[in-house]
Amino acid sequence: MIALLAAAFATVAALAPPPALTALASTTSAGQPKPPLTHVAAPAPPRSDRVKVGGDLYAVHCIHCHGDKLQGTPYGPGLSASGAADLDFQLSTGRMPLEVPATEPMRGPPSFPRAQIDAIVAYVVSHGGNGPDIPSVHASADLTRGRKIFEENCQACHGATGTGAVAGFGWLAPAVLQSTPLQTAEAVRAGPGIMPKFDAHQIPQADLDALVAYVDTLHRPDDRGGYSLASAGPVGEGLIAWLIGLGCTVLVMFAVGETLKTTPRV
Amino acid sequence: MIRRLVLALDDRLGAAPFLRHALRKAFPDHWSFMLGEVAAYCFVFIVLSGTYLTFFFHPSGHHAIYHGHAVPSLDGRAVSDAYASVLRISLETQAGLLIRQAHHWCALLFAAAVITHMARVFFTGAFRKPRELNWLIGLTLLLLVMGDGFTGYSLPDDQLSGAGLRIAQSIALSVPVIGSWAAYLFFGGGFPSPEMTNRLYAIHILFIPLALGALIALHVAILWHQKHTQFPGKRQRENNVVGSPLWPTYAVKSLALMAATFGVLLLLGGLVEINPVWQYGPYDPWTVASPAQPDWYVGWLDGALRVAPPWAIHLGRHTISALLWPGIVLPGCLFGALYAWPWLEGYVTRDREYHELLQFPWQNPLRTSFGVAALTFAGMLLLAGSDDVQARLWRVSVQQLAWFYHIAVWVVPPVAAAIAWRVCVELQARHAYEEDHPSRVVLKRAAEGGFEEEPVPTP
Repeated sequence: MIALLAAAFATVAALAPPPALTALASTTSAGQPKPPLTHVAAPAPPRSDRVKVGGDLYAVHCIHCHGDKLQGTPYGPGLSASGAADLDFQLSTGRMPLEVPATEPMRGPPSFPRAQIDAIVAYVVSHGGNGPDIPSVHASADLTRGRKIFEENCQACHGATGTGAVAGFGWLAPAVLQSTPLQTAEAVRAGPGIMPKFDAHQIPQADLDALVAYVDTLHRPDDRGGYSLASAGPVGEGLIAWLIGLGCTVLVMFAVGETLKTTPRV
Repeated sequence: MIRRLVLALDDRLGAAPFLRHALRKAFPDHWSFMLGEVAAYCFVFIVLSGTYLTFFFHPSGHHAIYHGHAVPSLDGRAVSDAYASVLRISLETQAGLLIRQAHHWCALLFAAAVITHMARVFFTGAFRKPRELNWLIGLTLLLLVMGDGFTGYSLPDDQLSGAGLRIAQSIALSVPVIGSWAAYLFFGGGFPSPEMTNRLYAIHILFIPLALGALIALHVAILWHQKHTQFPGKRQRENNVVGSPLWPTYAVKSLALMAATFGVLLLLGGLVEINPVWQYGPYDPWTVASPAQPDWYVGWLDGALRVAPPWAIHLGRHTISALLWPGIVLPGCLFGALYAWPWLEGYVTRDREYHELLQFPWQNPLRTSFGVAALTFAGMLLLAGSDDVQARLWRVSVQQLAWFYHIAVWVVPPVAAAIAWRVCVELQARHAYEEDHPSRVVLKRAAEGGFEEEPVPTP
């Protein structure tokens, strides 16, 4: 009983601050300052210039782990199978560059402005990064279809409400709640990290559009039932039943009942 | 007014001697004696709220198309009739969501109240002769509450319902010899079957509540006949009952507790979301979400499945499934030990006496440490059942956490029991010391300056 209650308190204490995932994400990005921006790129320079700017940025921020020929090093994987979708996803969600090599990338504010991200993507793609291109996303109103696609392909790792879950061996399937529609589509096509790739045979363009539209609704969950305790499901509900439900009734018992004032001699 | 009512009844039924006796029945005043009452009030509340839900719920696995603007992502979706009706209860019916959520919260509180009530009875030795029968009935009530909770959790046919039922069916299949027949009989076919929701419904609203009502009546009747136990005290002895009379003192206390129970349940039902089935979505047998947990009172069984070793035994053409050990054998042993405990303890202590006075937990280290071990064991299993949620929270590998629980489930309970034993022995020693060294002394100063200690005889 005591062990149960102690564990309950510990878990509540950990659950009480804002959703765990945001807290986790901020610890990695707040620990050390992000690498400084080298310069602010002029709007849309010619393609060859973009590749050159990207090469400079790559040489400063990426080459240490991914190697001078995208071949990879002991600190990071090669990029020969990384296309524009993967690169743009990793950079625009702030997952790359990593502060500590070989740790799990977590979502955070991006380290580069849009133009520099485009430049790095252009550099890597022009030097052999060969993978899914940045997908196109069209508006879709077919949320029912999107939900079905999500339930069949995504929720086993990301959770029915998109809040994320463990994916095994220390990996996390992150929350999808902060993703922009383009980032969601990129993740589906490129399969970042340990996530599988879903190509156009598995999820056709119309389904992708519907899925992206549905995922975009998840960051405004319909919590019409009241406070949702970080969508922790039956685990959080059990804690509340014990702490608030039984807690309140026991307080009333204390109020109307009596306690042993003196320990009797036996 | 009560007097006039009693007189009127007496004129017609000759009931005055019984009522006079009943209204003056003494109830002990200690707060912990009210835990069981919370459970009883939960039963009342869950029947009332459940009755309201039966007006709107369709216990049917037939296909339906959900149409509703409340959940745009389910509009036009093929779902079961049961799930569609739960969506309508939650989203369109007057007070439907409030009552449905309060009903579910009540199930969680019901089980918590039953277990804490049983812990009070166990650790104070209230189950000893002549009250063993009520201990057996109480344990059966706990099993019924868990069963009714699980069948209720399974009715809405949302994703969590379906996943839980599939696990229950697998455990039923794992029983040697009769398993597959039992599972097919219970589910009315394979899984999922169109009959399943219907049968669960009959069990949930008819069989188990009737059994609960009958056993609660028997439980209270036996309690009434045998009278309450009480903590030992100056006035409390083996041959009396000290407390407040039922009318008016205890009745008012109890009504306050009832109001508090109903109040907290309705507040939770209105303010705290529970089982939002429109978010979880309907159950399709080929999909499952992560994380997925049962309600807490079944969570320890889920935890047992997670930490159990994969011991499948192949005997020629027959296989004994690995699910048998955590799903059937382990809960069977735990509840078997609890059912047998009054006699096990009597066998060890050679105690055949009647007991109207309770013991303090420290007075019986054997019982206390067994109880602590059993509760810690179930508690560790319960924690193991949410290892994936904890792994996400604490940012550790779920595999490492699972290994931790593999070991902790067996290591922590004996350690907790040893600590409980030691604490009991120390407390016994302290009480014995205080017995020998009365603390009331008078210091007398002698004329030459020294002090002298003079014990005051205890009254």
